[in-house]
Amino acid sequence: MNLTRRHMLLLLPAAGAAWKYVLAGTPEAAPNYKLSEHWWGMLIDLTKCIGCGSCVRACQTENDVPEGYFRTWVERYHVTDYDIENPQVDSPDGGKKGFPPAKDPSGKNFFVPKLCNHCADSPCTQVCPVGATFISPDGVVLVDKTYCLGCRYCVQACPYGCRFINPTTNTAEKCTLCYHRIRKGLTTACCENCPTGARQLADLKNPSDPIHEFLKTHSVQVLKPYMATHAKVFYNGLDGSVR
Amino acid sequence: MNAFKDAGHLFRLAGVFLAGILLFLVIREFLVPKSFGEYGHYRGAALAEIAARPLHYAGHDTCETCHADVLEKKKDGKHAHVNCETCHGALANHADDPASVTPQKLDTAVLCVRCHEANAAKPRGFPQVVSADHSNGLACDTCHQPHSPAITAGGAK
Ligand code: HEC
Ligand code: HEC
Ligand code: HEC
Ligand code: HEC
Repeated sequence: MNLTRRHMLLLLPAAGAAWKYVLAGTPEAAPNYKLSEHWWGMLIDLTKCIGCGSCVRACQTENDVPEGYFRTWVERYHVTDYDIENPQVDSPDGGKKGFPPAKDPSGKNFFVPKLCNHCADSPCTQVCPVGATFISPDGVVLVDKTYCLGCRYCVQACPYGCRFINPTTNTAEKCTLCYHRIRKGLTTACCENCPTGARQLADLKNPSDPIHEFLKTHSVQVLKPYMATHAKVFYNGLDGSVR
Repeated sequence: MNAFKDAGHLFRLAGVFLAGILLFLVIREFLVPKSFGEYGHYRGAALAEIAARPLHYAGHDTCETCHADVLEKKKDGKHAHVNCETCHGALANHADDPASVTPQKLDTAVLCVRCHEANAAKPRGFPQVVSADHSNGLACDTCHQPHSPAITAGGAK
């Protein structure tokens, strides 16, 4: 067969694709941090949470979260006797300044800190039409704010209500698991400032992380397991009334 | 019979398609960011951009390098696991340049009760007080040392 100019034209798409990889270049690597060696999550021990709001304040300061919006917040549950399907939940100002005395000290009262669950099968990343939100190779669900259109699909898709639209940038925003801190070997702002150790950052790929021992010896639960999101925020002592 | 006798228009059509594809590839080359697809269906450079945010909380290890005296007092006390910046606030600026950034004085009337005011939702084992009854309006640190708060017969713990 003779190669004609027309045949050469057929090769163009392939050449185009190859050229793109040439242009992509090498990734900017942070020293000593290998993306493939980490898989981040969090452990929340509800039996230790005192509802002081330190995590909420720390998160807002560390991440410049706009006033009135929350990347993490604390809820207070009140469950009377057997009525676990109708808990009363309050969270004044996200629990940022602590909580007033319980209205009804009888029954069951407890605090539940919430944040993005950094799901391994996250509904929010699946609905993004432009690839602005994604699961990083080290297991953190992030938003690329330069790429986000602000279409709000992800806000609706999150079963845990963890996303909001930033009123100044008009792009989706959420907990980054303090990605800028964990990449430097620090813990998240909320974990750093939790006085009782109720919140602990966990690296599920690190065999010496205490999370593994904890998971083996405690009955932990994730929020809304029936959503099959494979959430990576594990709760110890989670009551059935929490949703 | 020559099958391609009247097929000229087909080749012209194919040519139009090819030109279209080429144009698409060229435009795509300019519009799609270079790092898109590096790790998956997103802009790979976003990872490094998000990781480059500045810190506000320096972390207790940093504080302890300079304030070893406070650490010494704190490490055997009941506040051993309460980190510096939980009470003192975000102080990465101060840690970078202690001479020009002086931390604010804390108001124990606000600070201590946030954690210690009695509340039915707190775990039973956590030390709680009803501040109005407990302190008689005195500042908490008139009796308690913030870095080693317990009051015992053998002195502060
Ligand atoms: C590079 C050393 C250094 C680091 C790191 C550092 N400090 Fe300091 N800090 C100092 C010095 C020096 C002073 C005294 C400055 C002054 O008196 O104006 C000081 C003063 C303070 C004071 C006020 C003392 C007073 O008399 O009011 C507080 C509170 C404090 N530091 C807390 C912290 C915390 C919390 C951290 C961790 C985020 C930290 N420091 C990190 C050097 C450091
Ligand atoms: C339970 C809350 C709490 C924690 C935790 C805490 N501090 Fe303090 N600290 C205080 C209070 C309250 C004062 C006294 C009021 C003031 O100076 O602002 C104080 C005073 C200080 C002072 C100035 C005078 C002094 O007593 O030495 C320094 C320096 C200081 N803290 C550093 C630290 C460092 C470093 C850490 C972490 C190792 C730390 N603090 C942890 C509450 C705390
Ligand atoms: C960020 C939360 C937090 C703040 C703020 C805080 N504490 Fe504490 N405090 C704790 C924790 C956690 C413990 C340890 C509880 C335990 O051992 O179970 C503790 C223990 C104590 C104890 C010992 C109780 C005992 O078991 O004997 C005293 C007293 C105390 N704090 C007083 C204070 C005073 C006074 C202040 C204000 C200067 C203060 N705390 C601020 C979290 C806090
Ligand atoms: C007049 C001195 C005084 C003042 C002011 C004071 N305390 Fe105390 N506090 C004590 C003494 C003494 C004890 C230990 C006796 C005891 O265990 O009941 C104590 C115990 C505590 C305990 C441990 C209680 C427990 O159940 O183990 C906490 C928490 C506490 N104080 C917090 C505070 C807070 C918060 C303030 C400020 C609102 C404050 N204290 C102000 C004298 C004081």
